[in-house]
Amino acid sequence: MPPHLGDSHRRFLQSMMSNSVMDEQQARALYQHCCDIHKAQCVPDKLDDFIETINSKLQPMFMQIRKGMSEDNGQQYYALVNMAETDVTRMSSDYADNELELFRKTMDLIVSSENGKVSSTDVLNVADTLTIKKLKKSEAEQVLNRLVQDKWLNEKRGEFSLSIKCIIEMEPYIRRMYEDQLKMCHICHNVAFQCQICDSPTCGIKIHNPCVARYFKGRVEPRCPACDEFWPYEIPGISFYISIYKST
Amino acid sequence: PSTSQVQRGLDKFTGSQMDQKAAEVIQYILVKDQKKIPVRRADLVKHVLKDYRYIYPEIMKRVLQTFDQVFGLKLVEIDTKNHLYILINKLEPQEGAAGPPNPKMGLLFVILSLIFMKRGAVKESECFQCLLYICGERHEQFGDVKKLVTDEFVRQRYLECVRIPHTEPVEFEFHWGQRAELEVSKAKILDFMGELHNQDPQTWSQQYKEAHAPPPAAPSTSQPNHSQR
Ligand SMILES: [Mg+2]
Ligand SMILES: [Mg+2]
Ligand SMILES: [Zn+2]
Ligand SMILES: [Zn+2]
Repeated sequence: MPPHLGDSHRRFLQSMMSNSVMDEQQARALYQHCCDIHKAQCVPDKLDDFIETINSKLQPMFMQIRKGMSEDNGQQYYALVNMAETDVTRMSSDYADNELELFRKTMDLIVSSENGKVSSTDVLNVADTLTIKKLKKSEAEQVLNRLVQDKWLNEKRGEFSLSIKCIIEMEPYIRRMYEDQLKMCHICHNVAFQCQICDSPTCGIKIHNPCVARYFKGRVEPRCPACDEFWPYEIPGISFYISIYKST
Repeated sequence: PSTSQVQRGLDKFTGSQMDQKAAEVIQYILVKDQKKIPVRRADLVKHVLKDYRYIYPEIMKRVLQTFDQVFGLKLVEIDTKNHLYILINKLEPQEGAAGPPNPKMGLLFVILSLIFMKRGAVKESECFQCLLYICGERHEQFGDVKKLVTDEFVRQRYLECVRIPHTEPVEFEFHWGQRAELEVSKAKILDFMGELHNQDPQTWSQQYKEAHAPPPAAPSTSQPNHSQR
């Protein structure tokens, strides 16, 4: 029997439509809230089942509520994704063609970088090389600001990385476009941009920073889960991630 | 289209093709609705329905059903002459609904309150004076406040901007737009005013009567094609 959709599911979906991305804590609170309003049973650990029920009804519309881990704080986030438009053109009602070209080029730089980040100077330099219509430096700066405001990019100390919303919504596109260049996390098997890379030349596996923190937590001597070589990097503490999470 | 064209259309497409087309229509309407732009039937036909135009009612039946059963939304025709549609929420509005409150909606609520308390119309100049007082000319979140009101809220049909007849120079006033009439509760506005002024809402007797009057006949539903069925 197909799962039954109630008003609690509909209300949850409506909130997902009006919030571009929601962290796990917010999603849990929303789940509880929607169940309370419509007197539906709320099973605390069954958020993902609840979402699965919604997804089964969204599937014919090529829509889906997807989950992804933020590379900054290791928390899970949820976003409603339109699978019919998986590339950058989904943003075309908000951005001009040359602005989208700038965004694509920024993605190129981020994907091909070692650490999943690109400096604003490097992005502003490519603004000069746009083929559609060049952007002045000040215009390009404004576009970048908007991309951060609209939550497509994160900015920290003059460096840009892909936001969690961008990663969740554009993952199919990113996988298709950058197939050969992509790094996959050895622990969670998702695309990794900001990560640590095994030092051993014959291995070179990648692990997300938050996955590093989780995996090595409580281990005396950190060793690569694939080749058993010593893992030479600083291990970000899980408490570090929790503290960032709480401060935001 | 003639009955035979409709019949040919129905014969031409399978059920799953019609479902697929309905999905495209839903996507299209949702994208427009996100910006609260009314959907024009002519655009829908031209950009999405295309070959399926002769079985428009058949496709729309599926669309309406999905909006209702999956999204809790209802497609309503707000302009029967130009055939414009908006989505309204079928679920009861909730206080403190989850998700961050939208500050623009807060501002809109203030403007709608102002219009409602002034019995349906406020001069543009008076409205802007009031907004200037509340949030200054440029607001860090809204940017140009005047532009937000005259462009966005009017385009979204939350407000209607009407020329006041026989004024020189030309003057305009704001009314509630159709979307506001459908989505915003006057009783809630009055409660809000009551709290703000620490006054019993019933003391505004005219407004109280209007806010608690039985709702007018439901807006023309959604079966967007009246002529041929
Ligand atoms: Mg709506
Ligand atoms: Mg009017
Ligand atoms: Zn990982
Ligand atoms: Zn290794």
